[in-house]
Amino acid sequence: MSADQQRILTRAAREVIPGQIVNLGIGLPTRLFHYLPEDLEVLVHSENGVLGCRPRHADEAPDYEMIDSGGAYIATRPGASVFDSAISFAMIRRSRVDLTFMGAFEVDELGNLANWKIPGKFSPGIGGAMELAQKVKRLVILCSHNDKHGNAKILQRCRLPLTAERCVSRIITDKAVMDVTPQGLTVVDIAEGLSVAELREATDAKLIVDDAQLGRF
Amino acid sequence: MTLLYQKYRPIEEAVAAIPHGASIMVGGFGSPGTPFALIDELLAQGQRDLTLIKNDANEPGIGIGKLIEAGRVSHLITSHIGLNRDAIAAMNRGELHVTMHPQGLLAEKIRSAGAGHHGFLTDIGQGTEIATRRREIELEGRTWGIEPALYADFALVHAERADRYGNLIYRATASNFNPLMAMAADTVIAQAYRVDEPGSLAPESIHTPCAFVSQVVQVAPATSEQGRRAHVG
Repeated sequence: MSADQQRILTRAAREVIPGQIVNLGIGLPTRLFHYLPEDLEVLVHSENGVLGCRPRHADEAPDYEMIDSGGAYIATRPGASVFDSAISFAMIRRSRVDLTFMGAFEVDELGNLANWKIPGKFSPGIGGAMELAQKVKRLVILCSHNDKHGNAKILQRCRLPLTAERCVSRIITDKAVMDVTPQGLTVVDIAEGLSVAELREATDAKLIVDDAQLGRF
Repeated sequence: MTLLYQKYRPIEEAVAAIPHGASIMVGGFGSPGTPFALIDELLAQGQRDLTLIKNDANEPGIGIGKLIEAGRVSHLITSHIGLNRDAIAAMNRGELHVTMHPQGLLAEKIRSAGAGHHGFLTDIGQGTEIATRRREIELEGRTWGIEPALYADFALVHAERADRYGNLIYRATASNFNPLMAMAADTVIAQAYRVDEPGSLAPESIHTPCAFVSQVVQVAPATSEQGRRAHVG
């Protein structure tokens, strides 16, 4: 894992409040599992039908019928439950999941999210992302600030097909932590060593920055 | 109607009831809950031009991946096939028609059929391309998308334990779509690692009551596929 990804995950772990029910999306967010202390009183939901999963210890044999939605063999913690897909998505649609983390291809100033389809290039299906993005109380995006060609992923308006409209609360990238507010994207934290001018240069959206309030991470 | 004492069958006989062109729900999310033995029997018997309804396409060489590779599936109704590059390639070549639904809507469409309803109203997908392909209605001041129920001729489900009448118990995350599909198809074929005499399972422990299950077969525990997963842990 790159240093940038580690910085994103370390920062993301601070978003989790003890007592919450939390879903970790496929990809980078799944790795967040390993950044949450095991004694943290949090139940991790996985949409394939488990509430209260935890990473398997190195000395634990895998249970081949106990996976998370990314396909990793997992274990459960005290207070866990297993259930079918209808109940799992009822939990999501009824906003009983407090917080979810997801990756993104594009996020925009309105909090619109695109993370499931690149027409003509990538269309494996949407899985559970649409319901999670639309209905979980708080959606935090974890992604690189720019794609591998250097293009901005934080935009004025998404261009790719949307996963859900106006669903994102906060964006954590390798360069900044940004909140979606009625006024626009407000920068909460900026990466150590990066200037506000450099951050603006790497972003295709208007950023609201209050230097007095700005944190570093 | 299958009478209670007629449900416990050899696997060959249960699967032989499936004709060419059948629509078949297949349980499982990834490997857990996938009825591997029933799928292998279907592969061996040669039924073709199948419509499969499954959350995902398993992985290359595993589960319904085998049926897709053998060219036996004409239509797949699913939510995500990202772990099966062969299914994606077949889709892109136009050999496999794929209909994608958001996962929770797929589950609920099946649940709705199983509950004896013909669909439901939802706001999931409003403002996305999912909403552009369905009808909408105004009700109590809001706009709702209409999602019809999803039925099938057959369902193939996997349970941990069963009894001869077809009462089923699922285990861990192998439940997923199985209990929903077990209610939504005209003919439901269940495989279980252990099929006991009626009375050996506590009534309050049953997940799917036997009234929904047409046939039950016993299969060997944990095929090698169960443990084959190309994921990062």
